[in-house]
Amino acid sequence: MPTFVYMTRCDGCGHCVDICPSDIMHIDKKYRRALNIEPNMCWECYSCVKACPHQAIDVRGYADFAPLGHSVRVLRDERKGTIAWRVKFRDGRVKNFLSPITTKPWGSAIPDFRNEAEPTQAERDSELLAFEPESIRLDDGGLHTLESNGLKLKEGVYY
Amino acid sequence: MGYKTITEDNIDILVVGAGLGGTGAAYEARHWGRDKKVVIAEKANIDRSGAVAQGLYAINCYMGTRWGENNPEDHVRYARMDLMGMVREDLAFDMARHVDSAVHKFEEWGLPLMKDPKRADLPEGDIGKGAYMREGRWQIMIHGESYKPIVAEAAKVNADKTFNRIMVTHLLMDDAQDNRIAGAVGFNVRTGNYHVFKSKTVICGAGGASNIFKPRSVGEGAGRVWYAPWSSGSAYALMIEAGAKMTQMENRIVLARFKDGYGPVGAYFLHLHTYTQNAYGDEYESKWFPALTKMVGKAYLDTENQHFSHKPIPTCLRNHAFISEVAAGRGPIHMVTVEAFQDPHLEEVGWENFLGMTVGQAVLWAATDIDPKYINPELTTSEPYVMGSHATGCGAWCSGPKDISGDIPEYFWGYNRMMTVDGLFGAGDAVGGTPHAFSSGSFTEGRLSAKAACKYIDDGKANGINVSQKQIDDRKEEIYKPLETYQVGSNEIVGGTVSPSYILPFPGLQRLQKLMDEYAGGVTVQYMTNDKLLNMGLAKLAILEEDLEKVGAEDIHQLLRAWELKHRHRTSECVVQHTLFREETRWPGYYYRGDKMKLDDDNWHVLTTSQRDRTTGEYKMEKQPLYHLVDEK
Repeated sequence: MPTFVYMTRCDGCGHCVDICPSDIMHIDKKYRRALNIEPNMCWECYSCVKACPHQAIDVRGYADFAPLGHSVRVLRDERKGTIAWRVKFRDGRVKNFLSPITTKPWGSAIPDFRNEAEPTQAERDSELLAFEPESIRLDDGGLHTLESNGLKLKEGVYY
Repeated sequence: MGYKTITEDNIDILVVGAGLGGTGAAYEARHWGRDKKVVIAEKANIDRSGAVAQGLYAINCYMGTRWGENNPEDHVRYARMDLMGMVREDLAFDMARHVDSAVHKFEEWGLPLMKDPKRADLPEGDIGKGAYMREGRWQIMIHGESYKPIVAEAAKVNADKTFNRIMVTHLLMDDAQDNRIAGAVGFNVRTGNYHVFKSKTVICGAGGASNIFKPRSVGEGAGRVWYAPWSSGSAYALMIEAGAKMTQMENRIVLARFKDGYGPVGAYFLHLHTYTQNAYGDEYESKWFPALTKMVGKAYLDTENQHFSHKPIPTCLRNHAFISEVAAGRGPIHMVTVEAFQDPHLEEVGWENFLGMTVGQAVLWAATDIDPKYINPELTTSEPYVMGSHATGCGAWCSGPKDISGDIPEYFWGYNRMMTVDGLFGAGDAVGGTPHAFSSGSFTEGRLSAKAACKYIDDGKANGINVSQKQIDDRKEEIYKPLETYQVGSNEIVGGTVSPSYILPFPGLQRLQKLMDEYAGGVTVQYMTNDKLLNMGLAKLAILEEDLEKVGAEDIHQLLRAWELKHRHRTSECVVQHTLFREETRWPGYYYRGDKMKLDDDNWHVLTTSQRDRTTGEYKMEKQPLYHLVDEK
């Protein structure tokens, strides 16, 4: 079963239940810990693995084609802005990878439009979107149109 | 049933489904609608929902007009060629001229875009100053593990409310005015509560369809579908049932990918310069092309001049060569990685590519001791998928923007990305005829929809929305029926899953997949179908629809699966109707009409549309004209 949960590590906090895009991480009623209730609807997306504060969730590849004896572990650190992977092959070889996940402190650079200037009527009547046209080319160039690019739409067979 | 009804009233803009399209809509809606009530209804958790939930290692649609790389029309011509001519070029141009602004904002918000310090082709002042690392002409490489949570933040900050875990089952229609949208209903997949959203406009950002054709892996591995298993065709079912006109629904896509894990090949081909060969180490594509040129015509595949014309070979035609070579007994096809992987940088890119967006492929290689530095991995062609944002253009028939589409009556009716239902807009998989939008283009479509929806409201078009209590009550009864069916029926039997009175969602899904596979051109029949098979398929889908009235759900989780199945069924019906209507083989390698094996530009250089009658369920099929972008001179 793609994701599974180690009995002794899980404390039933439910972070995995909260994040699973497929709604398949549930809390077992008897043990009060998480489990994957529908392995064949699991994408191995690792959202639950990354969200688990106790590294209690792991993945065992799909039984139809993946032999036992491997592991792909991950540690995602929002504060550092990094993700670390360890790939362990069936024959014991190991590969490690480290990547950035963000360049800014979480949420700090997202605009709340309620704090920004209201768009003008001219902007409303134009084809421009928020922060355009500057955000398209980051210079003083305008929005491309059929006219500006010397084009027209013509019915028929053209390749 | 003891579930509460929770009503959210006076919504101006309701975003149904917040993947990349829906998040773009919620974000932009706040800019143009400062005083408007913007609400999101999302089936999962917005931080990890939609096709980008797992992350992405590339943004596949970035023009780079900033660096003088491409103009929007270049991208339109590329998409046109890849889709064998079948693109809404007005919508594609519109998306392409805005898409860079979304990408630049993503970078500002913290998404790590890789930089290329060696870009000598750039204007002098820009070299080394942060030009993005290109994977291919349209693709840039990113460290996108957190792509979705970063973008979701922009939607959450700007929406008034975000409802997670709401499975939207139906759109609401205005009871006072014909063909006008009035909101949506659904249920919370955790509490079971009934949710009613009354809204002046709806932007449909729900997903395309995986799992409607029988997948190659039918055990645990059924979850490792190429498109996310939670993409339940809801975008299409919601719109079809609201009576929206659909387009290009026959244009399903088949992917050539790493076997079983369906790991992506884009970076491998474009950045790592790996290539394919058959089991005996031979190049195989070119030998299939002369016969293929006879099927599709020299305009679409010109093997002698293709590399001079700089036109890419369409994805479906490369699939055709792959499928033909395997059928000829020279499979499997391998990706030759052992050369590229000797370079440690490229090896790292190759692995991180999977870890960033398809971890399952890395799991599989670890499990099977495949290190692509020493072993060339196998490729396969996938089961078909129905969607509208990758290299295919299924979706709703939408209006274009005034300055581009204004003179074409078939392409323009007032509001950008509005469907043929008043007040219903779309983004991403929901919008038809706009392939190659990918993540950034879907986000852009959401933005375009949101601006148009604000204008629609400001123009007074949404005044006096009226939803009767009867409509709300009827939907409620319909939604919870599978729970009741199960409760009653299960008393009849000792136990187990076999009942004469109901079918459970999973066996129902398997029936749909088998039917679509065998009658509509899935993997077990080598993507082959014909008019007879399609008509038989429609008859079987009609019987399945009767049985889906008796789908049983043991609990709320199964109720979710039951409604996903109903959405997949409705999507499938529309796919088969369209496949039957287009009497040609337009995309060999995606599917074949055995009775019409040639591409037929005389009769079928058109877009197909369908409209399902809301009361009778009858489909009305039509041809729509294709307008192409040409030089004014």
